[in-house]
Amino acid sequence: MISSALSASRRSARDRRFRRLLAIPAALAGIAVLGIAAFVIAEASPALRSIGLWAPLADAQWQPASGAFGMAPMLAATLVIALGALLLAAPLGVGAAAFARMWAPRPLARVLRGAQILLAGLPSVVFGAWGLVVVVPAVAAWQPPGASVLAATLVLALMILPTIALAADAAIAGVPGDLVQGAAALGLRRGAVLRHVVLPMARRGIGAGLVLALGRAVGETMAVLMVAGNVVQWPTSVFAPVRTLTANIALEMGYASEAHRSVLFVGGLLLLAMVAALTLVGHRRGRGIHA
Amino acid sequence: MTLRSLIGGIALLAVGCGSHASTRITVTGSSTVAPLFAEIAKRFEEGRPGVRVDVQTGGSTRGAADVRRGTASLGMMSRGLLASESDLLSWPIALDGLCLIVHGDNDVPSLSADQVRAIYRGEIESWDEVGGPDLPVVVVHKAEGRATLELFLRFFEIDGALVVPDVVVGDNEQGIKTVAGSPGAVGYVSIGAASHYAEQRGGLRLLPFGGVPATTRAVESGRWPLSRELIVVAARDPEGPVRSLVEFARSEEVHDLVRALSFAPFRP
Repeated sequence: MISSALSASRRSARDRRFRRLLAIPAALAGIAVLGIAAFVIAEASPALRSIGLWAPLADAQWQPASGAFGMAPMLAATLVIALGALLLAAPLGVGAAAFARMWAPRPLARVLRGAQILLAGLPSVVFGAWGLVVVVPAVAAWQPPGASVLAATLVLALMILPTIALAADAAIAGVPGDLVQGAAALGLRRGAVLRHVVLPMARRGIGAGLVLALGRAVGETMAVLMVAGNVVQWPTSVFAPVRTLTANIALEMGYASEAHRSVLFVGGLLLLAMVAALTLVGHRRGRGIHA
Repeated sequence: MTLRSLIGGIALLAVGCGSHASTRITVTGSSTVAPLFAEIAKRFEEGRPGVRVDVQTGGSTRGAADVRRGTASLGMMSRGLLASESDLLSWPIALDGLCLIVHGDNDVPSLSADQVRAIYRGEIESWDEVGGPDLPVVVVHKAEGRATLELFLRFFEIDGALVVPDVVVGDNEQGIKTVAGSPGAVGYVSIGAASHYAEQRGGLRLLPFGGVPATTRAVESGRWPLSRELIVVAARDPEGPVRSLVEFARSEEVHDLVRALSFAPFRP
């Protein structure tokens, strides 16, 4: 462990000052998260007090004008689309990273990595516009209306692919080279090395990438709003138009009255809770073998 | 190196400070009016250095809410004020109509009010029931709070809660692109926005109503039954640059911009 090896230097005054200085940005991140959580809870509390926590989950419909605040279908839609996108993007992302690191010649690998970085930098509204003009009509040709769980899942998978690929790439690169060489020396072919040595060692990094990607998928608003259909209903079919919690907030926040706004913040609270839970799960399971 | 970074830093600060001297006018609201107002704002800024106008969408109701809250100096709305909004001041800047649009390949000649009502209530499933091709109907509806939605429901006497949409869209452009991308789709949008898109890209058909074609000329001559005023609203009497902006938007100087976007100029 680094800190134990350098504990002697901790006694130096300069290092103590430096440590205090570095603690500030570290603390800021935590404070920011807590601050945002506190704000969302505060904004959501009027609604929670007047309609309770059950109503958003139990009400049959979403008709804020008539007092029906059923968010369950939207919560389901968010989860289905996000998990679907992850299921699609994870093997592709990890596969792309494995290919780049273990099979591709160096220049090709650099190009591939560059492409992933570019893809990661594209604004979500660009994905949304592309999805609306290309993916939705393509799905519509198969089964109308086109704007659906499937369209949203496809677009979102493309959006989180670079996150997974780049994290997997870093994780695979971090596997100690002598282990890989040792396995090869024992006669294992590359595929077996990947499966039995590299991936188990890279599990932690890949897991972190998956959690990040899932968090982004759950929180994506613009692109999903443009291609998912925005009809509040249960995602009973991949071709069904649905509305996610994020798209709901984006569509209605601008004009919502006080009470309605507060309910939208309850939706925000649900999203926060979901991301927190996912991060916790990812953290627990991501603890792979690490020498 | 240090000298270079010092000069660079001062240059950056200078650029940043330069913008402090300007007035910033925020205008939010209807996505129908926004493209027109953005053009008007651009022309307004041309003769007036130091004035910046920010135009944002979000729906007519958001425009009204924002001017009340004070987050915007002016609001754009594509409907008349409701009784609950009578505390606001309004000025019409153009005329627009609402029409039904279908995919370019859908050759249904027109739809009557009863047929529109039935389609939006989910009672008509296929286009061949109303004289169109054998395609399933895909109903495109607008999200709550949009003036276009409220006008549509009121004119066709449809109860909002009974509408069975297949896709819900946020603004005109999304509605147009959705209909243009789905052969069986039908939606309702501003004639201005739809004409503009059809002229530039095609792939869209504007349905006539009551024998009147869905054109800007029909709106201008008053023959189109589903017309509405595009208005600018404020919470109190505007002063200074905001007042100039409102007067500019109502003047003859912007009539060419209005026509370019396929709206009809408002003549008092």
